[in-house]
Formats: sequence, C-alpha cells, structure tokens
Amino acid sequence: MPGYYHDHDLPHFAKIGDHAPELWRKFSEWYGAVFAEGALTEREKALIALGVAHAVQCPYCIDAYTQAALEKGSNLEQMTEAVHVASAIRGGASLVHGLQMRNVADKVSM
Amino acid sequence: MSLVSLRHPLASTSEQLRVLGQSAARRKPFVQALVESQLHPLRATGIQTLQVNVGKLCNQTCHHCHVDAGPDRREVMSRETAAACLRILDEGDIPTLDITGGAPELNPQFRYLVDGARALGRHVIDRCNLTVLLLPSQADLVDFLALRQVEVICSLPYFLADQTDAQRGAGVFDKSVEALRLLNAAGYSRPGSGLLLNLVYNPVGAFLPPAQRAIEADFRRELARRHGIVFNSLYTITNMPISRFLEFLLRSGNYDRYMDRLVNAYNPAAAAGVMCRTMLSVGWDGQLYDCDFNQMLDLPVNSGAPTHIRDFRAADLRARSITTGEHCYGCTAGAGSSCGGVTAA
Repeated sequence: MPGYYHDHDLPHFAKIGDHAPELWRKFSEWYGAVFAEGALTEREKALIALGVAHAVQCPYCIDAYTQAALEKGSNLEQMTEAVHVASAIRGGASLVHGLQMRNVADKVSM
Repeated sequence: MSLVSLRHPLASTSEQLRVLGQSAARRKPFVQALVESQLHPLRATGIQTLQVNVGKLCNQTCHHCHVDAGPDRREVMSRETAAACLRILDEGDIPTLDITGGAPELNPQFRYLVDGARALGRHVIDRCNLTVLLLPSQADLVDFLALRQVEVICSLPYFLADQTDAQRGAGVFDKSVEALRLLNAAGYSRPGSGLLLNLVYNPVGAFLPPAQRAIEADFRRELARRHGIVFNSLYTITNMPISRFLEFLLRSGNYDRYMDRLVNAYNPAAAAGVMCRTMLSVGWDGQLYDCDFNQMLDLPVNSGAPTHIRDFRAADLRARSITTGEHCYGCTAGAGSSCGGVTAA
C-alpha cells in the first residue's frame, strides 16, 4: 500500500479531536506533562520515545522523535543504542515466549 | 568553495530574499508575529555591542556558513574603516567590541582593532573558528589574545568528530581540540586568569538546538573526559535559513519543514530579547546593519538613521526601528538565539 503514511499528515494530528474534543484535550494535556522534564530529563524521555516508536513501528513517531532526540542534543550513537534497546526487548519478548512453547510441549508430550 | 565562486543562484541576496518571501506568503509573516506580540515596530534599546565583521576571508568553508565565507573570498575591511570603528568607540560609551568574519584574525586590521579597543578600555570579543589558531602565520595569536584579555568565542558544533567534521570540514574537530588545548594552556578558562573561553553550539542539520543548559553540561563533561578541555560557557545558536544553510535546506528537501518548525516555535519572550535591540553591526565596507544576518542579506539599517560608519551618530541609532524579515524567525524560535546564546529565560 504505497503512500499510506504522509509527512504532511502529522501536523493535522489535532483533527482527531474534531469529534471528541474533550478526549483530545485530556490527551494533549497528559501528553505534554509526560514529556516535560521531571525525574527524567527531556532528552531521556525523547530517547525512550524513540525506542518505543520503533517497537510500535509508528512512522509518525519515528519521524517526530528522531527530530526531537536531535533537538535535545542526542547523537546518532545514542539514538542507535535506543533503537537497539527497543529491538532487544522485542526480540527478547519473542524468545522468552519460548518458555510457553516448552511448557505446552512438555504438557502434551510423553 | 563559496556560493559566490560556484556562481550559485543563492549567492545573490535578492534570490535568497525571494525564497524567503515565498515563505511569508505561505506562513504567518514575521511582522505579523511581532504585531501579535506587541513588539512591532521592533526597536533598539541601546548599543551595548559594536559587532564588526571585518570580512569574508576564512580558512574554512563550513557547510552552514551564513557569511558564505571561505579562502576564495577577498572582501576585507580597510584600515580607514577600522579606524572609524575605533573612533566610534572612543567618542561614545559602547562597552563591547565584538569582532567577527570570516576568520577575523586573518584580516590585516584585526590586531589594530583589538589593540585600539583595549587601549580605550573596551571589552573585546574574538569570534574564532579555532583552526585559525594553528596556522603557521598565526603562531603568536593565542598569546596575543591572552595578553590583551580578549574573550574568545569559538565555534564547536558538537563534542564528537563526526558531527563537527560534517558541518565544518574533514579534520576540523581534531584541529579544534588541539586549538582548545592551546587556549587552555595559555590560561583561558583557568580560575583567576580572567580569560574567557566560550563555545558556540549550532545544530548539524535542519533542527533546533537543544536546551542550552543541558547541552552545555554534555560538552563540559565530554570535553573534559575525552580531551581534558575546560571552557566557561556554551551558547546555542539556531541556524539561520540564509546563504549556505538555505542552500542545504533547499537541496536536501528540508526547507519547508524547517521554516514550519521555526514559525511554529515562535516565542514572544525570545523575540523581546533579540540581540539586534542592543547591538549595531558593521560590514567590512563600513555599512551599518541591525545584525550580522541582515548584513549578509544586504539589508542595512533602514530607520532614517545614517547607514555608514563614517556618518555614525549614536543618538540616531540607539533607539532605531529594526529591519526584519522572514529569516528573523531563526532568532525567535524556542528559547531564542543570538551571538550570546538563548534570549528567553
């Protein structure tokens, strides 16, 4: 499905609020608070978001948080490590389910 | 090579202004942003800094340079114009002389300006690209600067080689580190020396700078840990969408997105603190400008006040209205940007 995601869509994210303005308001307020500096720095949060963006494979999020990570002063070395963290969790999550596979196999096997 | 030597269309300031003008047609014009912030017309509040651009000659050809400077450029300030700058300092109360370029140290009038301003008791800033300090012809430059207590503000876009070299040329990072070590060895940024060594960060690409405080902490930690280098402060500067950086934006397909980013990040507090309100910029030929960026766009002061250093009258210039354009969004985005870093708290 070529051309399913477009750069020019992202700035219109707020259109989602057209038919549920109160939900959008709550989301926006919460979202802003989440990314504000707190116990974690804004840069750390941007790197987490970048990793999660790859885990959920959201093109908009990858675009936005690559830009955000750079604007928080991160470099490609750090950003690549963040993507590896996400990938390791994804890969590890698959692999650890091998225990379920083994449990099932043990149960049904003689 | 410079855009001028390449005969690139963007070497023409009218072409740059045409591109930026198209931006105004598609986005909120900068003047409108000022009006909505109750800052229009933008006015100077005094002249705390005389920033003198002594010319476009440089030993580097950085990819983002707003001056389009390089070894192939020959525009340099004359002794007569430099003398006029010193006369302004002598006759008035402007406390700081800020010398920039190109590589200002390569201009024959650089040391004359420094000595003259220091003799008048003025604070002097040298905007230094660092590698110039390693040129054989400048072997005594570090000592010259240190003896005269010149503040050195150095360009170093990142604390790693890849990013620095991508913007400023192959091998520049290693040379910059060597030059910073020379400055430290001469006493710069050492306690009690009074010698100020400040760094300038600017993004290596089409994005805004990080929080100044955060990236300064990174630079301090990493330059000390990796290279044993110390410095006083770091200033973040946003890349202005003019000259070579404009060429990069257009060539890489980033122009519209970058302009959207600047316009959407307009910050009234940053606009209120822009540097043009407290400085006056002098071109290599003596022409007066509100800032170095206007200078590179051939937009001289346009408030009815004199437009050349030989006709300088402080009373006419210290509260002048400032010439603005779409490029000014570069100084008002986010925390703001100036030759001294962020402009909003």
